[in-house]
Amino acid sequence: MKETPLSNCERRFLLRAIEEKKRLDGRQTYDYRNIKISFGTDYGCCVVELGKTRVLGQVSCELVSPKLNRATEGILFFNLELSQMAAPAFEPGRQSDLLVKLNRLLERCLRNSKCIDTESLCVVAGEKVWQIRVDLHLLNHDGNIIDAASIAAIVALCHFRRPDVSVQGDEVTLYTPEERDPVPLSIHHLPICVSFAFFQQGTYLLVDPNEREERVMDGLLVIAMNKHREICTIQSSGGIMLLKDQVLRCSKIAGVKVLEITELIQKALENDQKVRKEGGKFGFAESIASQRITAFKMEKAPIDTSDVEEKAEEIIAEAEPPSEVVSNPVLWTPGTAQIGEGLENSWGDLEDSAKEEEDVDGTDGAVILGSTKMDTGVEVSNIGSQDAPIVLSDSEEEEMIILEPDKNPKKIRTQTISAKQEKAPSKKPVKKRKKKRAAN
Amino acid sequence: MEGAMLADAKIRTESGTESGPRVSGCSLRHFACEQNLLSRPDGSASFLQGDTSVLAGVYGPAEVKVSKEIFNKATLEVILRPKIGLPGVAEKSRERLIRNTCEAVVLGTLHPRTSITVVLQVVSDAGSLLACCLNASCMALVDAGVPMRALFCGVTCALNSDGTLVLDPTAKQEKEARAVLTFALDSVERKLLMSTTKGLYSDAELQQCLAAAQAASQHVFHFYRESLQRRYSKS
Repeated sequence: MKETPLSNCERRFLLRAIEEKKRLDGRQTYDYRNIKISFGTDYGCCVVELGKTRVLGQVSCELVSPKLNRATEGILFFNLELSQMAAPAFEPGRQSDLLVKLNRLLERCLRNSKCIDTESLCVVAGEKVWQIRVDLHLLNHDGNIIDAASIAAIVALCHFRRPDVSVQGDEVTLYTPEERDPVPLSIHHLPICVSFAFFQQGTYLLVDPNEREERVMDGLLVIAMNKHREICTIQSSGGIMLLKDQVLRCSKIAGVKVLEITELIQKALENDQKVRKEGGKFGFAESIASQRITAFKMEKAPIDTSDVEEKAEEIIAEAEPPSEVVSNPVLWTPGTAQIGEGLENSWGDLEDSAKEEEDVDGTDGAVILGSTKMDTGVEVSNIGSQDAPIVLSDSEEEEMIILEPDKNPKKIRTQTISAKQEKAPSKKPVKKRKKKRAAN
Repeated sequence: MEGAMLADAKIRTESGTESGPRVSGCSLRHFACEQNLLSRPDGSASFLQGDTSVLAGVYGPAEVKVSKEIFNKATLEVILRPKIGLPGVAEKSRERLIRNTCEAVVLGTLHPRTSITVVLQVVSDAGSLLACCLNASCMALVDAGVPMRALFCGVTCALNSDGTLVLDPTAKQEKEARAVLTFALDSVERKLLMSTTKGLYSDAELQQCLAAAQAASQHVFHFYRESLQRRYSKS
């Protein structure tokens, strides 16, 4: 499905509103939308909501052999998916420009900033290292995917626990969660992306643009920063020229926003850990707002299955016994087998009937031929002379000549001619009328 | 990966006494559903069965690609996305099962030459995933207002090696089971729309599972009804 195009008046309206320092959702220029972080029952699973934009993050790990040039470092892998659920324009299984751009930016933000200690992921140098895979699924697209995705990725990484391993000599032992508590990843800092949208060639600036604003913006500046105000990556896209002051101002704003978001992330992580420790209920079921009218919960429902056996017996007793026609397979030739009687080929019947029809025609022709047999020799020249009017007219005889198989063209020709001769008195006026109509 | 195992361990501690005497003590895990939680799709629903959770989004009836257009009915498409990695053969097979079930109840003839797309995202898998996918897609179709002949629900049964029957099994119970059977049932006649099975079982056991699934479906449809009643209530 294609994206609905933005109409000119809608575009003008949005730009006018931005000029007047107003946003459609009632935010101020530097305001972020509400961020909500919820965790699943598994470790390393979280859903981040940035306004209506929603991203699901899941971290998984695997023991693999390391890259040859990095024998002592674990591998980090990021994969953001734009599911069709997020917006109808996203096609499944296609690497769009947007997707490539977002994935690259995420890698730069999280891998190249070295926020995860990859050396701690090494088990046996040159042989076994952990590969950490971060899967991010966009569930709903309402603008600013990159901020939501970067938050989801770092939250999932912070929440994740990998199984403990021990090395004794050459032996690597992997412990299940029951044997030893899984260990968290060592994370140096939390880089977070903050997006700035520019309008009217950089005159106006908005933080955290929503989908509508993204569609009318001229350029986008993404700054990834951690709470120590260290810039991890910076990217300007859309082809706008920014002044030095503008970039500095943006980095100042980003510093404030990143601090707020980091606090929120830490609070959410602490909350989840507390609940898990105390043995309370956790997971997505708890994060559904039960006061919402669209949400509904049902407690565990016991089901009475005492009569199931009787019911099943009843049905089986009532059912007709299966017909027992299991004949031995018939071997026609080596490598083939047939089970059962098999049905007659209906295709053969069709051919037969067609043949029969032909035969009928043939006999008909023959009968007529019999009467005009003597004429054929004389008629041959006649055919040529009669052909011209036949071609011109749209009579049925003409079509017949074309459609008949080549088997017996002569026969049929003579047949049609003879038929014509027979019908000639009755048909001629009709033909004339037809011609007249054509002329008219 | 080990997170899932941990989740299982937790479930086992809270519902470890499920393998009681033969065909008794069956129960459905707690259910939760939230509709209309995504803004972009025409209809959406998140369905939770215990710790299994699936998110569904429905687009439709909408524009269809010319190559997929069917002249006398709507083109139904189901996309199932796994949580980790790319969709594989298992997802394709589930997609097909769900699509066939939906096609049996959706009145596609009312919207010829359009497309109805159901996108499913696995949020967490702790057993009975296909049943949860079916329930989520039904609730999302209802939310989108797609005309349907009947509602449908999915119920999974597991048969243990000693012949006990477990309804709505967890991932661990599914793993230990001798056979796992999943049925889709319609709400009007409680008849079978789809069934898929894995493992060995006798014909008597199949009928038992089916009867149990029918009993369980009543609870699920009751849940649907109450959830929709709450949604369309005035207060």
